[in-house]
Amino acid sequence: MSEQAVHDWIRKAIANNDVVLFMKGTKTFPQCGFSSQVAQILGHMGVDYKDVNVLEDMAIRDGIKSFSDWPTIPQLYVKGEFVGGCDIVREMFQQGELQHLFDDKGVNYDRAKMTA
Amino acid sequence: MPMDSKEIARLIKARFPDAEVTIRDLAGDGDHFAAHVVAKEFLGKTRVQQHKMVYDALEGRMGGVLHALALTTAAPKS
Repeated sequence: MSEQAVHDWIRKAIANNDVVLFMKGTKTFPQCGFSSQVAQILGHMGVDYKDVNVLEDMAIRDGIKSFSDWPTIPQLYVKGEFVGGCDIVREMFQQGELQHLFDDKGVNYDRAKMTA
Repeated sequence: MPMDSKEIARLIKARFPDAEVTIRDLAGDGDHFAAHVVAKEFLGKTRVQQHKMVYDALEGRMGGVLHALALTTAAPKS
């Protein structure tokens, strides 16, 4: 797949799914500590998201980095927009900003759990 | 090919001379670091932009020789 084709594939994936996590491994079997942390946060929040395992496709593993101009994986996208990697997602979650982002973007999560 | 924490600090300082840079070696293996960077250049930038600026300062090492750098950034409080 050409880089252009990969970018088109990524564009489609983040357009068709409200929340997409490009990660090493899967949400049920993460294969990297950083990917695992983000999957845990999303799981804890009860967010419905699509996981893309970059380890299954070298073209996507490279392509996602050039797509966002971001050097590392995981990468979280909400409503087509790049939100950040592990550090940013964790910091946003801890400060309540991730919840606000989901509220603003109309993404469902388990609110009862968050206020508990 | 692990990196030295001093080298990480040097690269960041080279780009942001007035920045406050704190590096912690998390595992003592020269491969897992946490960096906190407070720089006036971050004023008005989003977190993603701030992190990208630090990654730029590391000149392509992030995600390469530098696998595990936990990064937090902030603009100085006025």
